[in-house]
Amino acid sequence: MAKKRVLVVGGGLAGLAACMKLAELDADVSLMSLTRVKRSHSACAQGGINSCNDLTRQLGDSEWRHLDDTLYGGDFLQNQPPVKELVYWAPQIIDLMDRLGVTFNRTPEGFRDQRRFGGTLFKRTAFAGATTGQQLLYALDEQVRRWQASGHVTKYESWDFLGLVQDSSGRCRGCVAQDLVTMEIRAIPADAVIIASGGCGGIFGRSTNSVACTGSAVSRVFQAGASYANGEFVQVHPTAIPGADKLRLISESARGEGGRVWVPREPQDPRPPGDIPEKERLYFLEDRYPKYGNLVPRDIATREIFNVCVKEGLSVDRGRMCVYLDVSHLPREMLDAKLAGILEIYEKFQGVDPRAAAMRIFPAVHYSMGGLWCDFERTAEGGLNICSPRTQQTNLPGVFAIGECDYQYHGANRLGANSLVACIFSGLSVAGGVVSYVHSLPNGLAAEQSAALFAAERRRHEARFREILARADSGPNPYRVQAELGELMTRVATVVRHNGELEQAYGRVGELEEEARRAAPSDRGDWANQNVVFVRALQDMFPLAKTILKGALARDECRGAHYKPEFEMPGVDAADPAERRRQAEEWCDLFEQNNARWLKTTVATLDQDGEPRLAYEQVDTSLIAPRPRLYGVVGGDAIEQSFAERQARQAAGRKP
Amino acid sequence: MNGAARAEGGARSFLVRVLRQDRPGAEAYWESHRVAHEPDMNVISVLQRIAEQARTVEGKRVAPVVWECNCLEEVCGACTMIINGRVRQACTALVDRLLADRPGEIELRPMTKFPVLRDLLVDRTRIFAALHKVKAWVPVDSYHHMGSGPRRSQDEQQMAYLYSKCMSCGCCLEACPQFLKIELARGRDESAETFRARCFAAYDRSFMGAHAIAQVELFNANPIGKMSASERLDALVSEGGIQNCGNAQNCVKVCPKEIPLTRAIALAGRHATVHALRNWFDR
Repeated sequence: MAKKRVLVVGGGLAGLAACMKLAELDADVSLMSLTRVKRSHSACAQGGINSCNDLTRQLGDSEWRHLDDTLYGGDFLQNQPPVKELVYWAPQIIDLMDRLGVTFNRTPEGFRDQRRFGGTLFKRTAFAGATTGQQLLYALDEQVRRWQASGHVTKYESWDFLGLVQDSSGRCRGCVAQDLVTMEIRAIPADAVIIASGGCGGIFGRSTNSVACTGSAVSRVFQAGASYANGEFVQVHPTAIPGADKLRLISESARGEGGRVWVPREPQDPRPPGDIPEKERLYFLEDRYPKYGNLVPRDIATREIFNVCVKEGLSVDRGRMCVYLDVSHLPREMLDAKLAGILEIYEKFQGVDPRAAAMRIFPAVHYSMGGLWCDFERTAEGGLNICSPRTQQTNLPGVFAIGECDYQYHGANRLGANSLVACIFSGLSVAGGVVSYVHSLPNGLAAEQSAALFAAERRRHEARFREILARADSGPNPYRVQAELGELMTRVATVVRHNGELEQAYGRVGELEEEARRAAPSDRGDWANQNVVFVRALQDMFPLAKTILKGALARDECRGAHYKPEFEMPGVDAADPAERRRQAEEWCDLFEQNNARWLKTTVATLDQDGEPRLAYEQVDTSLIAPRPRLYGVVGGDAIEQSFAERQARQAAGRKP
Repeated sequence: MNGAARAEGGARSFLVRVLRQDRPGAEAYWESHRVAHEPDMNVISVLQRIAEQARTVEGKRVAPVVWECNCLEEVCGACTMIINGRVRQACTALVDRLLADRPGEIELRPMTKFPVLRDLLVDRTRIFAALHKVKAWVPVDSYHHMGSGPRRSQDEQQMAYLYSKCMSCGCCLEACPQFLKIELARGRDESAETFRARCFAAYDRSFMGAHAIAQVELFNANPIGKMSASERLDALVSEGGIQNCGNAQNCVKVCPKEIPLTRAIALAGRHATVHALRNWFDR
């Protein structure tokens, strides 16, 4: 009998981890990627990878606290069992990556060094210089090359995933894809397809994402009937370098190693940053968040930077919004050993040495917490049954999702250095379930399905390709359509959201979608035609863009990265203790009412007209009860106390 | 107003000369585009404007220039090309600096040591074939939990990190006088798989280049990789191995990641000699 074949779409950390684990389990693996997998977007991850470790453990840390930080930072929007499994695997994942040769920084005694990241008080983050993602990616790329050499893995590099092949029962039997050089379109049988194609920053025009992160593979699966969850949760990273082609990330590790964010108290103070005395600087994160300081979670740092520039008018430059991120007070030797990778990026692109002068940075779209909806099977202990075929499986039988393009792990806001561990974890943990799935396949293997099924799908995609090639010259310019989409999405659907603007934008996006449908390619050739590939990816951005807007419009609350000032809960500001108490109680009532309405996963599906329809799903909060996220909230102490008492009363009430 | 008109009317614009080629084996030809100057431009944004305009300086409608890129922050290695005569990544090639060195004009060409697929897009499969050849990986037993990796000193880590930043961009190969272009044509009835195998065989016989030699040093210094060092050294001294290096030292000068390639070659040469002697004595 033929071997069972699994196709992985995307060769970043998640896809590569899945490949090597599947190969170890003796599956026949095909790996498809738009780029050489070694050039995947995971390479851009800088700061590090989180886990509870031997050192933090002795300071009171545990996997459970990592779980708690992740849930609290994510505003409790995650189903808790997958996250629990993740944090318990995390230390082992870092051990594994260490064995695979990742050049983690070392202490003088030769142990792995760790640094602190946002949203935690522990130094949980292992790192390899400031190019941790690149180093992890290379280690996995090397392992997959090893399996390729032994014939277990076949690579389709520089191929575009065009869509699934599904049999009459809806079961996935493979995919159709196009070679980006020869433009050959081919149907490839596969018994399971794992989507690991990363984020969709392209929808926002310029972001910290790589060029390949258009979301096209995810959109094509979404259009085939998969559900898309929590699309409205988009992380805007607080610190990026503005650029004409890309917004380049300056990792949170800059702050983890002691970097400070500030603006001159005098608006647009013309002096060079180094000449501005300490007392004339506003360290607004440290002032407003004394506990976490510069390491508040990303959504909060982003909003503060945004507000300081937009509302308070304290942007460093007049024409362009930015604040200072300063590491110039730190020892050069330490900077070179631990942060060289990111400091070089700043130096190369801005021509200023950040060791000598403060960097100018501004927030940028960075990460999609939302993604393809996928399933899990809870164990009695509240973890995951990772041998279950339900693990990471979408609602389409035989289609799985892992990495940034799934929605499971980060809730309403992702903590820094949790993405690398979640990508590798979901890649490793999906393998067992996929193998169980392909061993229990009804109606034979993909290779045994009728040739007509594959031929029909191939012809459909060939027709789409030819339709784009044959469009009239007078159609809209696709690059300008994307630029407008990106500007619009960045303006209305990132840091601050208003219902009026979202509604208006939804209408405009519909018009742009129409334009994209008529967009004219300037290349009509049948060889390495990037132009048509771009037009196709552009068209496929719209279902996701509309889902992001619609989800944001519907969700009338503030949660994590999703912030609508209209629905912000006021703080507790009374001085009188009784009144303060009353306000805090009222706050907690509101909090509970809001959770009853909105502590729900948004699940979007596309209807026949290509419009997203939203439904809401209960979140599994069985391990840690949701509590108010009080970073910097006025009167947070009073609220915390009221809420704790309330929880104690409820716990007592439950006892027989 | 479209980009080309804006560029002509604008106060500041510059000319971009691109060496284009429609497909493998076709004649290469120069083409000029005029691009309006914007702040913070790099060669990537120049190519993006050219794609948007899709019109030459003469106003002729043309297909966008084809090129490869992904990360745009010089960690992926994709956008390597020859810019004003120098091999480098397009993302870190800043327009203002290029124009300061050569006013009014930027010249773009594909790398010359790899087969051109189209325009600035080249086939760098050979780089990855060399990584296969030298077994550039740590051969662990399994991916089960076996505890942490070996302890390593800070010095070892710093040295390994220098080599492990190699992004397989190919700059060192472009600059190497001993690394010569291999371009095979696919036969009329030849399948993609057979053609690929034929290419791999040809790559295997010819010089692997500095990047692969540095990877041998990286993995042979790794405490686990060391256990299979002789396999990598066998590859290093086989046909197409380190003996082809002519010690021109161009590689180290063009490496964007400042990898100490000549140091790696010197060390690898020593290790290869010891290995060869040991093989000879053990016969």
